[in-house]
Amino acid sequence: MRELAYYEAKFEALNEIMTGDERVHLINGTFLSLSPHRHVFQNLQKKFSARMFAPPISELGFCGLATGAAMAGLRPIVDLSTGSFIYEAWPQVANEAANAYSMSGGQTRVPVVFHLFHGLRGGGAAQHSGSPQAMLWNVPGLEIVIPSSPRDVKGLLKTAVASDNPTIFVDHTRLLDVRGDVPENDKPIPFGVADVKRSGSDVTVIATSYTVQVALQAAAKLAKEGIEVEIVDPRTLVPFDLATILSSVEKTHRVVIADETHQSCGVAAEIAARIAESGFDRLKSPIRRVSTLDVPVPYSPGLEAHIGPSEARIMDAVRAALA
Amino acid sequence: MASKKNNSKEVIALLRRMWLIRAFEEKVSALYAERQIVGLLHLGIGQEAVAVGALSLLRDDDLVYGGHRSHGHAIAKGADINKLMAEIAGRATGYCGGKGGSMHIVAKECGFITATGVVGGTIPLALGAAFAAKERKKRQLAVVFFGDGAGQSGPFHESLNIASLWQLPVIFVCENNGYAEFTPLSAHTKIERLAQHAKTYAIPADTVDGNDLFAVREVMSQAVDQCRAGKGPAFVECLTQRMRGHYEGDPAKYRELSQLAEWKKKDPIARVARVLKNQKALTDKELAAMESEAQALAEKAAAFSLSSPWPAEIEVDSQVYAAAS
Repeated sequence: MRELAYYEAKFEALNEIMTGDERVHLINGTFLSLSPHRHVFQNLQKKFSARMFAPPISELGFCGLATGAAMAGLRPIVDLSTGSFIYEAWPQVANEAANAYSMSGGQTRVPVVFHLFHGLRGGGAAQHSGSPQAMLWNVPGLEIVIPSSPRDVKGLLKTAVASDNPTIFVDHTRLLDVRGDVPENDKPIPFGVADVKRSGSDVTVIATSYTVQVALQAAAKLAKEGIEVEIVDPRTLVPFDLATILSSVEKTHRVVIADETHQSCGVAAEIAARIAESGFDRLKSPIRRVSTLDVPVPYSPGLEAHIGPSEARIMDAVRAALA
Repeated sequence: MASKKNNSKEVIALLRRMWLIRAFEEKVSALYAERQIVGLLHLGIGQEAVAVGALSLLRDDDLVYGGHRSHGHAIAKGADINKLMAEIAGRATGYCGGKGGSMHIVAKECGFITATGVVGGTIPLALGAAFAAKERKKRQLAVVFFGDGAGQSGPFHESLNIASLWQLPVIFVCENNGYAEFTPLSAHTKIERLAQHAKTYAIPADTVDGNDLFAVREVMSQAVDQCRAGKGPAFVECLTQRMRGHYEGDPAKYRELSQLAEWKKKDPIARVARVLKNQKALTDKELAAMESEAQALAEKAAAFSLSSPWPAEIEVDSQVYAAAS
């Protein structure tokens, strides 16, 4: 098995996608963030400069442009960079792209990908740390993809570009250096298939994005206390694989949901509701949420660390679920 | 006026199209008054010369975008009025199966790509169509209609800048009817002519009498030629009047009655009819026949719509996500 860093797997996906389909255009170019790995991305710029565009700072304009280009037959990938910036483009994403297929009675397909980096990033403060995926989950018509590993980012990005629906690709800068197995010639990963990232029999931890990595570290420590955690990563919020989660709950009867969106009406809230509706009789203790506290994200490192779904908070929640 | 683009046979066809739009909207208005049609309804009665004049110079494969007042744009691009009225009536036989309605018309088969209920909402989408056309070297154009109210919106300004920067083949057609919803333009902006904004973004722009079919065609033909030649976007501001309120049922007390009487004198349909009559291209009798033919077609569309089935409940979630093509 071949091991790659997350950023390498993501670059490989973009390279293969651009090579394989001339309809794919990249609008804006921080797919590897402003990290030291951005030099890797420049290799793509050399190869595909004709299909890569650097727009002015007009998120509403260029997200609408990408939506319109998708309606007209291209398959653009638009980079919003920081997740909070999708608020600048909200009318085109939530009110045009998301509605077009239904509102046109199926006449108009919108194969556009909106790419963004969400979440706590170290000093992003309140305006550069947004996790808009929960709000976007409240908008029917959008698909929402949220990878957590090198293999997933590659396979899911390919499926996102192949999809005929507007897709939000929710990435996290803290994942870029994570290493993991990525088989050569790996197949695209279908949407709506959750992945069990760690097997265990005591508590099910449902985690997304970078929080999957945090949960894996928490699980390793809990194992030393004799607690075996099962970690389930939905990988896509829309479509959502409830069946895999319910079969894990069947085994553990205890659930913790760890996710970086704010707690109220957040990703964890929706997942908790679905489990409660369909699997209440399998639960032996209340579902616990480890979400970002309901405050604007503070700047100072200690404060920022305090509000997120940290290893310590996940461990506490797991222990509480077993108490 | 006497250019080869305006031979009388073609003008007769354009007048027929203008009448079709007028009769269609008057019928829709009547059905609304009878409560046979519900929902918000924005009519463009009085603005027909803009839609018909502007779109008469396009190719079939050019892509057109509208706004909340766009029945006329769809018909001018060649939409089937039966399917259009059925959509406005919320029926299964409508263009969008009853899921779009009056403000969200999509008639993809004839290149009317989409309208929107959001002021300025389709301007960036048209930009995208122009981007796609340029990338695929298709020499296609995108044309987007919007009102003066859109001129104060974010998508308008961001789109004009990008269109100019990337030299995209899009024509911005502003129907300046002087009222943004219920208030005169002067209450929204100090800018009297929206074309001024285009000039700020280095886009060639013209302001024209939008109730004069020939003037609209003249300016539009320059815009089309320039855009088709790959010389970037163009902006056409058409000064016009809507003879109705912002929406059907709007008492429009913000307008003077004398103003309405003045506007009726400028009725774009009557003006074209006068020209054709003066040229002896049509008689009064033929003109009257043209009007009744349009009304008969509108009646037929209404009968088709009202006898069409409502969408089945099972259709409610059938088109939220597209299966892979």
